[in-house]
Amino acid sequence: MDNAQIKKLGDDLYEAMLSRNTLVPFTEQYPDITLEQAYEIQLQYIKRRIDAGEKIVGKKIGVTSKAVQDFLGVFQPDFGQLTDKMVYQEGETIDLNELIQPKAEAELAIVLKEDLIGPGITAVDVIRATDYVSPCFEIVDSRINDWKIKIQDTVADNASCGVYVVSNIKADPRKVDITMAGMTLYKNGELFSTGVGAAVQGSPFNAVAWLANTLGELGIPFKAGEVILSGSQSALVPVTDGDELECYIAGVGGCKVKFAGSTKV
Amino acid sequence: MKTSLTPEQIIRFCERVEGAQRRAYDIPKLTNEYPEMTVEDGYAVQNALRARFIEQGEKLVGWKAGLTSKAKMVQMGVDKPSIGFLTDAMSRPENTAISTDDLVHPRVECEVAFITKAELSGPACTRADVLAATDFVMPAVEVIDSRYENFKFDLPSVIADNSSSARFVAGGRPRYVEDIEVDGIGVAMELNGEIVEMGSSAAVMGHPADAVAMLVNILHDMGEVLPAGSFVMSGGITAAVAVKPGDNVIARYQDLGSVSLRFE
Repeated sequence: MDNAQIKKLGDDLYEAMLSRNTLVPFTEQYPDITLEQAYEIQLQYIKRRIDAGEKIVGKKIGVTSKAVQDFLGVFQPDFGQLTDKMVYQEGETIDLNELIQPKAEAELAIVLKEDLIGPGITAVDVIRATDYVSPCFEIVDSRINDWKIKIQDTVADNASCGVYVVSNIKADPRKVDITMAGMTLYKNGELFSTGVGAAVQGSPFNAVAWLANTLGELGIPFKAGEVILSGSQSALVPVTDGDELECYIAGVGGCKVKFAGSTKV
Repeated sequence: MKTSLTPEQIIRFCERVEGAQRRAYDIPKLTNEYPEMTVEDGYAVQNALRARFIEQGEKLVGWKAGLTSKAKMVQMGVDKPSIGFLTDAMSRPENTAISTDDLVHPRVECEVAFITKAELSGPACTRADVLAATDFVMPAVEVIDSRYENFKFDLPSVIADNSSSARFVAGGRPRYVEDIEVDGIGVAMELNGEIVEMGSSAAVMGHPADAVAMLVNILHDMGEVLPAGSFVMSGGITAAVAVKPGDNVIARYQDLGSVSLRFE
């Protein structure tokens, strides 16, 4: 795979996002595609979004649970970049017309008060640099046919990031045990899934330490004030018109989200 | 601090300790060859080792106080605490397997770690100074590993060996010092599901913050301060327990959660 092909696939993803079409998995188009090339494709996809006026506001960490890592055959998470265009405020209804094949995940968002420059970052550094944590929903979406993703496909596709909503609650992780905080997720008033912070790389702080070290190696900035979606604590929730989700992280608080409209797929 | 060692002797002892650490073999304690070695000489060797590790790309993340409990002093046959430096290369995440291939005869002990938010300096650093400069505390398990034969040493030798520092695992949950009784934290260490060591953080010099103050004052004697953002392990609450491949360790703390690790 050469630079022109990498650029084209990044451009294809950008066009797919705009037109809400999906693509043949890159791992089928280019069976030899590497993880490094997948991240280069992601950078091109994000570059197109930045060129169109979007701003980087944070990062998301994906593939943080053992179940998903086993499924994708990897032993580490992946990451994508968050832009201002992906943000919904709590209380706003998420417009499914803008999405392709969305699924929701309940997570803990972490906001930094200091830059974290890897390598050499540990979970202790992450706690020290954390301003606050908030419950949140990430709505993942895939620009790849039927979510038929391998790790390279989802990495190229910005870690399958769609949109997200962060609660207005700000909790101090020195006051709450976020590793052992229980998470409950309700769909339309019924219990759908439960989890715990430890599901995310043993602790959400471990996932963020991994991210800081990985970004450091790639030379990508990781700045104070950025929002980090630390990784799913729930099963993936399919969503359709009229659905309402609520997650509650004990000791931290809750986040609610509503959906309306019809997806492309 | 004054050392009686020549620069050549410092380099020689430093290289001997570094070789034993990097390649995981045991050596006779340095005082066998050089009986007149003092505590100051030990720190001169340790400082050379620190400079060498940093030159090799390791990042200084903090310090540890060692030999801070009566139990440890009796176990090791010394009468004073010591300090050692910590780098990022010694840190391991919790719930992971720690290799014993690159260790000589590892032991584990339960500690309370202090993470600072302001600079601390000697010579008269106190418990109150430490508590005021603490961002939060969290539980940590230190994996110590003396590079000396049969884990037998004296104070100058162990200081030269970076106070037996090898690996550490911080975990559990962070807490503000005002939210808990820092000098009364109950601890139970389980080895393969059986409680093998118990104690309270008061075992560390009466109050773990006193051990941190002691550490800051030793740093002052070396012409150094403890910068904000440092990670400081205040010393073993329990006696150290030997571990081997296949062992699982869980350290359970009052109010601080637990730290688990395993050895392979």
